[in-house]
Amino acid sequence: MNAHLQPTGSAYFLTQETQLSERHTLSVLVDNEPGILARVVGLFSARGFNIESLTVSETEHDKRLSRITVVVIATPKVLVQIKAQLERLVPVHRVHDLTAEGAYLERELALIKVNGTGDHRAETLRLADAFRAQIVDATVESFVFEVTGKPSKIDSFIALMQPLGLVEVVRTGLAAINRGPEGM
Amino acid sequence: MAEKMTGAEMVIQALTDQGVEHIFGYPGGAALPIYDAMFQQDFVKHILVRHEQGATHMAEGYARSTGKPGVVLVTSGPGATNAVTGLTDALLDSIPLVCITAQVPTTLIGTDAFQECDTVGITRSCTKHNYLVKSIEDLPRILHEAFLIATTGRPGPVVIDIPKDIQFAVGEYFRPEAETLRHQSYRPQVDGDLAAIETAIDLMLKAERPIFYTGGGVINAGPEASENLRELAELTGFPVTSTLMGLGAFPASNPQWMGMLGMHGTYEANMAMHDCDVMINIGARFDDRITGRIDAFSPNSTKIHVDIDPASINKVVQVHVPIIGDCNRVLEEMIRIWRSRTNAPRTEAIAGWWTQIQKWRDVGSLNFKNSDTVIKPQWAIQRLYEATRKQSKEVFITTEVGQHQMWAAQHFHFDQPNHWMTSGGLGTMGYGLPAAVGVQVAHPDALVIDIAGEASVQMTMQELSTAVQYRLPVKIFILNNERMGMVRQWQDLLHGSRYAHSYSESLPDFVKLAEAYGAKGIKCDTPAELDAAIAAMLDYDGPVLFDVLVEKDENCLPMIPSGKPHNEIILPDTANIGDIIDEKGRQLV
Repeated sequence: MNAHLQPTGSAYFLTQETQLSERHTLSVLVDNEPGILARVVGLFSARGFNIESLTVSETEHDKRLSRITVVVIATPKVLVQIKAQLERLVPVHRVHDLTAEGAYLERELALIKVNGTGDHRAETLRLADAFRAQIVDATVESFVFEVTGKPSKIDSFIALMQPLGLVEVVRTGLAAINRGPEGM
Repeated sequence: MAEKMTGAEMVIQALTDQGVEHIFGYPGGAALPIYDAMFQQDFVKHILVRHEQGATHMAEGYARSTGKPGVVLVTSGPGATNAVTGLTDALLDSIPLVCITAQVPTTLIGTDAFQECDTVGITRSCTKHNYLVKSIEDLPRILHEAFLIATTGRPGPVVIDIPKDIQFAVGEYFRPEAETLRHQSYRPQVDGDLAAIETAIDLMLKAERPIFYTGGGVINAGPEASENLRELAELTGFPVTSTLMGLGAFPASNPQWMGMLGMHGTYEANMAMHDCDVMINIGARFDDRITGRIDAFSPNSTKIHVDIDPASINKVVQVHVPIIGDCNRVLEEMIRIWRSRTNAPRTEAIAGWWTQIQKWRDVGSLNFKNSDTVIKPQWAIQRLYEATRKQSKEVFITTEVGQHQMWAAQHFHFDQPNHWMTSGGLGTMGYGLPAAVGVQVAHPDALVIDIAGEASVQMTMQELSTAVQYRLPVKIFILNNERMGMVRQWQDLLHGSRYAHSYSESLPDFVKLAEAYGAKGIKCDTPAELDAAIAAMLDYDGPVLFDVLVEKDENCLPMIPSGKPHNEIILPDTANIGDIIDEKGRQLV
């Protein structure tokens, strides 16, 4: 009675295996109102999207607007969903996929505490200089460095500090903006 | 023009200005100022419910049957948490609700005060939007904005949480005017992209095996959308199927109607979806109850998808022609463009397709073996349908969730939109009785019937008391099989017929229960007496609990089992449904 499933040649197989995940940086312009961050974060957790990094701060005080920079790793299909779901939130004005839209800059700031004396201390200072890390606090046995740059640069610096007495790291998460004269 | 008034008065004034005649609610400490303001006017009428979940479902029934937003008023803490199920239900079925929850005074927020809960936190993920009002200056704007957001774009529930001190505070009220309501970031797209609509018409003009797959979006787009769907179907000559939520948008009496599609849809609708070459989805969202196995879903078709919510596009199924816009506007454009291309339906080009459809129809997938000794649930619904057709009154049907719901969708036929109220997305048992009350409030002279199961109806049975209080003559038609029938059917299908807790024991005597509430109770267990009993129910001028004892172990068929494609649908002549699903399918829902 029941017909057999024919070979489909379908374009609609579940796409999880066929699509590779990509890292994308989204810039989200939102009303700076109570609960907005919870709305955005809640959306990601409720729908099973992963957040790699999230940065939020008010950017236009007069208009009470904040900019959220969120880095996600997802397949192209899921990325489209993330963007559509974000845009559906009432206080969200615009969502830009900076990675998809062309050249953009991304910067992150890290504060890095390193303990050390003797040779280690000298080596630490030499490397910090090479990475243009600022010393923002120092004692006879420790430094706190401020490093700004692409996340990969900060990753490298942290890796180098590891054997030299790395104590702890705090990172801001990413801030990103597109290149050129156009605004968001 | 600004007027000075208290926050509580603003709430009532805003409801009045929004044209809200009925609200469903339950008072409590934090909500008392609003109740006091309501007491001193008589435009907004309040329906006192027995449980806040009932209020939300009543508001849903009210909204679905009128096209207007349903409004709920509850107190803080448990009042708000009890409303959560109905809010979630409204979110999944895109029903416009405005739910006002009272909150403890702002000075007490965060102190674990009596009847305090984080209402905006709890309802954030089950509303389209929500507000905590922290200043009286914001209240008028928020009240009007809530109605705008609930009713426009893809409709949904909106919560406004109002602390008690804000209800007492005095501020300036302003009326809803277009200018003050121009929202900065909320701008739903209603007009479809013209080029995309033209591409869709091009595809439709070449189609040889087309199908319209329509959903609740057509109903949400207003009665004109249903009219336009009928016109487009007539112009094209294409077959039409619909989701559970869309029933009534296209008349079931029309020869182009294929019946409902999906898990318990007709054989012809599901086979046509599988084999079509052009699928025109209007206001449906490729729900998993519709698609079955995604990788085998309608494998050879070009898909057109009209939806007002951009997030619905390509969420589940990748489509070729997405059209974001209001169903009615897009349908109007489709009709206009189709007319500009041709005056004749594609009768000849799709004649072969209709021949094939007829063959599928001849299978008789909704057939069942009737009995002289025991009432078959499908037959009971058919008899109810026949009896209501003779009524001069307008007929509205609500349902609970389970087998009876699917049988109602299969065997009760709808020719008008907004006359069928059911919990589709969330599948909320206990929806039907309060929804029927809400429908009856909006349509006092209509015949409103809740087709129910004995398990579901007990979840919100207390609302019968509301029906009695307001003399709302709802008819509760209980198909009593002493089972949670759909759970039992799945246990047959998936779990070796081990019936873990799927039977209704210690059932109340529904006739006595009805009488205890001050309603009428009727019981029927013989096929020969059913018609007379239904007539007695319909003739009674008041709420009726009608207990129909039906066949206990009837399966709801046809059925597409989990993990199977449309063309592997189980038909009624299948002997043993326990052998059909494999290990992988068992893990699906």
